[in-house]
Amino acid sequence: MKTLRIGSGAGYSGDRIEPAIELAEHGELDYLVFECLAERTIALAQQVRLVDPQAGFDPLLGERMRRVLPFVGRGADGQRRRLRVITNMGAANPLAAAREVRRIAAQLGLSGLKVAALTGDDVLATLLRDLSQTLDNGSTLASLGDRVISANAYLGVEGIIDALHADADVVITGRVADPSLFLAPQMFEFGWAADDWSLLGRGTLVGHLLECAGQISGGYFADPGFKDVPDLARLGFPLAEVDATGRAVISKVTGSGGRIDTATCTEQMIYEVHDPAAYLTPDVIADFSAVSFTVQGPDRVLAQGADGRARPPSLKVSVGYLDGWIGEGQMSYGGPGALARGRLAREVVLERLKLTGVVFEEIRAELIGVDALHGTELGSRTDSEPWEVRLRVAARCADRAEALRIGNEVETLYTNGPYGGGGASKSVRQVVAVASLLLPRDAVTLQVHLEDIA
Amino acid sequence: MIRITLRELAHSRTGDKGDTSNISVIAFRAEDYPRLCQWLTVERVTEHFAELLGPNCPPVRRYELPNVHALNFVLPGILRGGVTRSLALDAHGKALGAALLDLEL
Repeated sequence: MKTLRIGSGAGYSGDRIEPAIELAEHGELDYLVFECLAERTIALAQQVRLVDPQAGFDPLLGERMRRVLPFVGRGADGQRRRLRVITNMGAANPLAAAREVRRIAAQLGLSGLKVAALTGDDVLATLLRDLSQTLDNGSTLASLGDRVISANAYLGVEGIIDALHADADVVITGRVADPSLFLAPQMFEFGWAADDWSLLGRGTLVGHLLECAGQISGGYFADPGFKDVPDLARLGFPLAEVDATGRAVISKVTGSGGRIDTATCTEQMIYEVHDPAAYLTPDVIADFSAVSFTVQGPDRVLAQGADGRARPPSLKVSVGYLDGWIGEGQMSYGGPGALARGRLAREVVLERLKLTGVVFEEIRAELIGVDALHGTELGSRTDSEPWEVRLRVAARCADRAEALRIGNEVETLYTNGPYGGGGASKSVRQVVAVASLLLPRDAVTLQVHLEDIA
Repeated sequence: MIRITLRELAHSRTGDKGDTSNISVIAFRAEDYPRLCQWLTVERVTEHFAELLGPNCPPVRRYELPNVHALNFVLPGILRGGVTRSLALDAHGKALGAALLDLEL
């Protein structure tokens, strides 16, 4: 029976590049998928595109493609080499991203390479026709007004499958649901019907297991003495060997770092899942509740037992909007009495912000090393005082000028605060918030743009 | 009496979606799973995270995955506005699971 080999080349936009190249070189892959869009990445990319119409795609696209394209496409005899690439690195500008890939391919002398861009996820213009729509956070589009900067529907597999049918070697998308990037090549290669919900559920499990790259092969896992992981600095990214029935073995390149076993697979299967019997994607409602993992050898795990039900009627849309500014300042205290001095510094800053009338919507003042991650109650579980603490004050303000005052006030602790404060830092950033709503499927028009390299 | 924490029996991973966190708790050994189900109730997890949840969060939910001897806890609202607007140092709540592992059994 035919086996399809799909590798995962990135789990987020800034991910390591070498493990992807290792997979391309030694993974004997049919497909390499780069998943690079977090919740608000497109909203941020859209801001970049407003300044430069040729920008707005993943900043690492060029470097990744330069390294991986030599393994893609056709040789001099016109025969396809093994590898095709699917990625959402198009972000807010898939067309410009595809042009960039063609430019790089031409530079590398890779003629005949077919690069496809998928558009249709950008639904901002459609949404702005009806401002009465309400987001999941309770705001209406009308109330957000011109602070709305992006709206992207989570697309499913359809456009990618169309591009593969058109013989694309590289498929570049904007917002597509992460698992769909991996489900599409399985459906295309095995001819799975778009309403064979069980198979789509199984293929979605494969996508969900792979979509965070190193997170299933030993990343985000090591806890020395409890869960040890060999050679994390050389962590290998995962690949799946899938057959036409949706049975999948997860593995990695022999000799790479990390580990793949039932523990890493179970952690990743439940990652970002709520009800395991109802994992919603644009393609299917996947059911992971009866999945089991079986070790088949070193760093080889068989995943089976996923199922699925009919896909949701509408598409989820992420709306990005500007939501003020976050100002932040930090200062460290060390040695005997560091905790008391850090607490005093916190009181001083909060009192100063009141005295000087800084206007903010919400504020947090915490001591890193004590209560910043888990609050005061859990943070007081330790018996010993920390040797060093770092005050962190962060506030969200409507105006940038007010946000600037937060970090400045913390910095004044140098000469006006408790003894021995050092290493001040301050920052201000614009808040690009994301909320969501549901859109009927027929409000979205997919288009595949395909061009050869001359 | 010896103090046994969850960390001896299970491992955990935290994920985020909007302002909701989900924390998996996976038994190292399948034979400990029934004990986890019995001890690690929604009430105990809610109590453990009481300060972070605050008074206004919707109820914590628990899902069982017996095939992989795991529980999945879903904590709506704990991420305070979610990754994109939260003031938290760890806006994703990536470190929350580690705090749960200190729960005494």
